[in-house]
Amino acid sequence: MKRLYSVLVENRSGVLSKVCGLFARRCFNIDSLAVGETDDSNVSCITIVSSGDKRTLEQIEKQLNKKIDVIKIKTFTEEESTSRELMLVKVKYTKSNRREIMEICDLMEAKIVDKSNKYMTIQICDTPEQTSLLLQMFSSIQVVAEVARTGTLALQKCSAE
Amino acid sequence: MNGADAIVKCLEKEGVEVLFGYPGVAICPFFNSILDTNIEAILVRTEQNAAHAANGYARVSGKVGVCVATSGPGATNLITGIATAYADSIPLVCITGQVESKLLGYDTFQEADITGAVESFVKYSYLVRDVKDIPKIFKEAFHIASTGRKGPVLIDIPSDIQNAAISKFEYPEEVNLRTYKPTVKGHAVQIKKVMNELSKCQKPIICAGGGVMLSDAREELRAFAHKYNIPVVSTLMGISAMSSDDPLYFGMVGNNGKYYANKAMNESDLLIMIGARVADRAVSQPDLITNNKVLIHIDVDPAEIGKQVGPHIPLVGDIKTIFEDIEKESFENNFSDWVNTLYSYKEKAPKRKAPSAEYVDPAEFIRILSEKMDTDAIYVADVGQNQMWSCGYYISKNGRFLTSGGMGTMGYSIPAAMGAKKACNDKQVIAVCGDGSFQMSFMELATMQQYDIPTKIFIFHNGYLGLVREYQHKTYKANYSVVDLSGSPEFSYIAKAYNMGFKKLENMDGIEKNIDEILAEDGPMLIEVMIDPMDTVK
Repeated sequence: MKRLYSVLVENRSGVLSKVCGLFARRCFNIDSLAVGETDDSNVSCITIVSSGDKRTLEQIEKQLNKKIDVIKIKTFTEEESTSRELMLVKVKYTKSNRREIMEICDLMEAKIVDKSNKYMTIQICDTPEQTSLLLQMFSSIQVVAEVARTGTLALQKCSAE
Repeated sequence: MNGADAIVKCLEKEGVEVLFGYPGVAICPFFNSILDTNIEAILVRTEQNAAHAANGYARVSGKVGVCVATSGPGATNLITGIATAYADSIPLVCITGQVESKLLGYDTFQEADITGAVESFVKYSYLVRDVKDIPKIFKEAFHIASTGRKGPVLIDIPSDIQNAAISKFEYPEEVNLRTYKPTVKGHAVQIKKVMNELSKCQKPIICAGGGVMLSDAREELRAFAHKYNIPVVSTLMGISAMSSDDPLYFGMVGNNGKYYANKAMNESDLLIMIGARVADRAVSQPDLITNNKVLIHIDVDPAEIGKQVGPHIPLVGDIKTIFEDIEKESFENNFSDWVNTLYSYKEKAPKRKAPSAEYVDPAEFIRILSEKMDTDAIYVADVGQNQMWSCGYYISKNGRFLTSGGMGTMGYSIPAAMGAKKACNDKQVIAVCGDGSFQMSFMELATMQQYDIPTKIFIFHNGYLGLVREYQHKTYKANYSVVDLSGSPEFSYIAKAYNMGFKKLENMDGIEKNIDEILAEDGPMLIEVMIDPMDTVK
């Protein structure tokens, strides 16, 4: 079972390490992790995607709540969330595959944001599934040079509020 | 006033009377300022024992224990003691010196990232970056350590912060942490559910854990059990919650527990776990304890509920407060048939095989010793066979039974007994250890002598790391590996070297008289108790 945790924490040094350390030592999975400041500069939001059985998913929330730097946790399933991931892919192109790469970008609504005569960097911001699909497409034609992904960002669906 | 003076002022404000520590350059400003106060600073002989002593002190006084060490190795030596306190939820404030702020991160001499290193063993930790934060941090640290599920908090203070001037000292009146609001009061609906289950069930049992002691709810537990005639068993940490001669007490559960305690728990139709973690040594198969029974789990830490096993009725809050609320409710039921069944199990319990008459029988010895001790005496058990015999045969009255339960830290008993004695100078304090655990911390005999902290220390001498030897006997067909302690010193010489009384007990001849004489002695004493090397717990 997959579950998303939106964890509001005090924006202090060492807090991310405390949260990650908790996952490591209790053998909880981190499938993806993203961190950033919120509208309040004293508060950061850590978005964690994890998976496990019912007990594990419940323990993750309870153990996080014990951390004194954790202000609030919202937890929801994938279906209950709006999730996005940003990915930058640098691909190596030639005359022969350039068309195909551009077709893939069109199909996936990805943008070319940087280019030289050998490489292009393509940006996609979509659901984690669509982001992975784009990467698969580029991998299958063997053009991927470098990849950077943000990890999943998610908020609970407005209808659930 | 400088930062170090401010720290000392904070400790005064928190009512600290004694601390256990070991100085070094990075914590010297603090030890300089401590001279100006009435707080007694006790120099232990190694830092780990400062944490154990603070642990024993905290458990007996009900206050927060304080230990202090320097940076680097001083701080890292504390870790086992901090982990021991964390595993048993003992409230400590651990203060460490740190290298100067501007040198942090440069692998400076005696620099160790102690807040990073103890992260998994503390409730919270602070690295002080600004001298102005000292009052707020100390106020929070004492609050966090002593509320909710208690535990150790570490404060790491660079030496320049200790030396920095602080213009105005103002100790906060209260703590306002938006992220930390432990539940004290149990939910009224849940309490009603508990009472409802009790009115329906036929075979209820209470399993009391260390939380009962930490919440100071021993009297409330005893009163509740007697009001409704509900039998009680305990975990290792819950020993001394009930009195041994209480007809409703059926001993310790678990793999080293009483046969009839486990049987009572297994056959019950309503199990109330109170302040117990359902840990592996108490409940080997947590899934099974919900079979054919209703499980009620009462704990101050919501994360403990459902960690091992999902209870039917969770009840989160401070145990003493919950008992006070339960007192306002009532139910009707009669459990005398069930209690009588448990008596019959107790009578039929297999008796321990008496060991060779050439030696002291440790089980019988512990029974007689604890029977003869003052009713409010403190008994500190170490770790190993001595601990298992102690929890099996210790006679609990109105005193305390202290041991390292969760972590099982060898060498705990001597420093913890020292801390306990500091908390109650008028009470009898004894430590029971093995010849292995004694040699892990007997350097503290010097501390005891220096500060006049007289305790009686019983060394169960069998020449082996007995519990490991017993395990190797069963698991590896007596292929003993690295458990022989035959290089041990002559313990009478140790007693002499530390100017302590000494007695050697070879066998059970005149044992009652010998114990009477030992307990009648005022001063500190080392007692060597000869045990059959092949004797076993089971």
